[in-house]
Amino acid sequence: MPIRSAQDLVLVRQAVRTWSAELKFSLVEQTKMVTAASELARNTLDYGRGGHVTLEMLQEGLRKGLRLSFEDKGPGIPDIDLALRDGYTSGGGMGLGLGGARRLVNEFDIVSKVGEGTRVTVTRWK
Amino acid sequence: MTTRIHAILKKYPSELLTEWLNVMTTGGMRRDALMKEAELREQCAEFLRLLTQATEQGNLTDITGASFTQAREMLERLSRSRSLQGFSPAETATFIFSLKQPLFDRLRGEYASQPQVVAEEMWTATLLLDRLGLYTTEVHQRAREEVIMRQQQEMLELSTPVVQLWDRIVCLPLIGTLDSGRTQTVMETLLQRIVETGAEIAIIDITGVPTVDTLTAQHLIKTVTATRLMGAECVISGIRPQIAQTIVHLGVDLAGVVTKSSVAGAFNWALKRLNQTISAQQSLRASGKA
Amino acid sequence: MERIPILRMGRVLLVTIQVDMHDQLAVTLQDDLTAKIVETGAGGVLIDISSLEVVDSFIGRILGNIATMSRVLDAQTVVVGMQPAVAITLVELGMSLPGIRTALNVEKGMTLLQASMDADEVVLEVADASLED
Repeated sequence: MPIRSAQDLVLVRQAVRTWSAELKFSLVEQTKMVTAASELARNTLDYGRGGHVTLEMLQEGLRKGLRLSFEDKGPGIPDIDLALRDGYTSGGGMGLGLGGARRLVNEFDIVSKVGEGTRVTVTRWK
Repeated sequence: MTTRIHAILKKYPSELLTEWLNVMTTGGMRRDALMKEAELREQCAEFLRLLTQATEQGNLTDITGASFTQAREMLERLSRSRSLQGFSPAETATFIFSLKQPLFDRLRGEYASQPQVVAEEMWTATLLLDRLGLYTTEVHQRAREEVIMRQQQEMLELSTPVVQLWDRIVCLPLIGTLDSGRTQTVMETLLQRIVETGAEIAIIDITGVPTVDTLTAQHLIKTVTATRLMGAECVISGIRPQIAQTIVHLGVDLAGVVTKSSVAGAFNWALKRLNQTISAQQSLRASGKA
Repeated sequence: MERIPILRMGRVLLVTIQVDMHDQLAVTLQDDLTAKIVETGAGGVLIDISSLEVVDSFIGRILGNIATMSRVLDAQTVVVGMQPAVAITLVELGMSLPGIRTALNVEKGMTLLQASMDADEVVLEVADASLED
């Protein structure tokens, strides 16, 4: 799914909500996943100058999960540790986006190269 | 062509039944306290009948086939009921295994002149009865697991009894260790009940919680914050001296969290907060003075 | 353009958010509300978010802004009806919205606002009385 405008954020949230509901996530789990998606999609839009997200259903033994990969070809993040810290922001936000999203999911992975772009992958298991 | 095992089963039904029951009784496998002899006899007879039907044709060592459906269903019922009666999986499987001796005896007697056939059929019978025996064990195991899963679920629900103490006041007495999974359930149940009851004050009583570590303390603080976001207030009561010490040592910041030493204290605070009084309070005080 | 309606009930402005707000809509709401407070001289703002299924840090920040801006304009803000799942998520996200007053539902929020507005008025009368003396 593309992330090009603020309207796309709404669509991403709706898609993640539908997928989480399909995986029979509890209401709280759904809300956490959708909120994390919203934070990350906004990062992609605001700092990565737009990009796209891939949704993926996972099955590993008995457990099921949902994985979201946000990719952009923006300026990249020079210091990931700093970006993950609460309260740090390079834009005008509250600096809760990355760090907050990490607390809402089970697995969090970030790869970023300055000048090339950023990919954030998050997974939540049922 | 019907199988030889089928022929034996068909030829000596009553003999096999008597001998089988004999083996079980003398082997000490029958537990009188748990099962009446008549019931056992009935089960054995039914199984023999179904086994006779099932072995009439086809491959005897494949018990997953359609011909064994009825026999399997019977064993499943038997295994489940025995698991509930308190039989061990071994005892249930022995029910099947003890049929071997009478069946082998009959095979030997019937085909005495053909040792080759005896060996062949005994091997087939062994495979067949082993598989049926293992099947009962499997079902037994499954029945146990279902019980465990149900109990786990019930325990989780039991462990979060949100009770309404008064108009607009709910209380959640916590007992036992709080791990992060349980705290999550606790938090969700409490918040859900706040919405349902329209409670403005929630009392979390941790008198029954033996220890509190950093993670648990943080979870408690999160619960308090989430309650506030929803528009209600939260009091924590029953903090033991050791827990108070731990909290301070761990450097957990409980600022902004109202704490009271007992549920009574918390309840009193809640009533004051809601501008409510209990009329019996006055007569109690009066009698205390007198 | 799409807008979230603002209702006026006496001295209180009531906003019910019923859609999944995109960012621009939230910003518009913030502008509309501040303008309306000045225009009507409202003493309180009640924001009902009981139908809102997701509140991320952006919406959280807008709610915080509204509360702060109304305070500057001498109006109290109460956010009511936050869903349990939303509250848990916000706490996990690290947003405790410290400057915002909350209530379980519109009715309780209204009582809360009324009480605090009444309190304000009493203070005013006392001040007047002392001036006259």
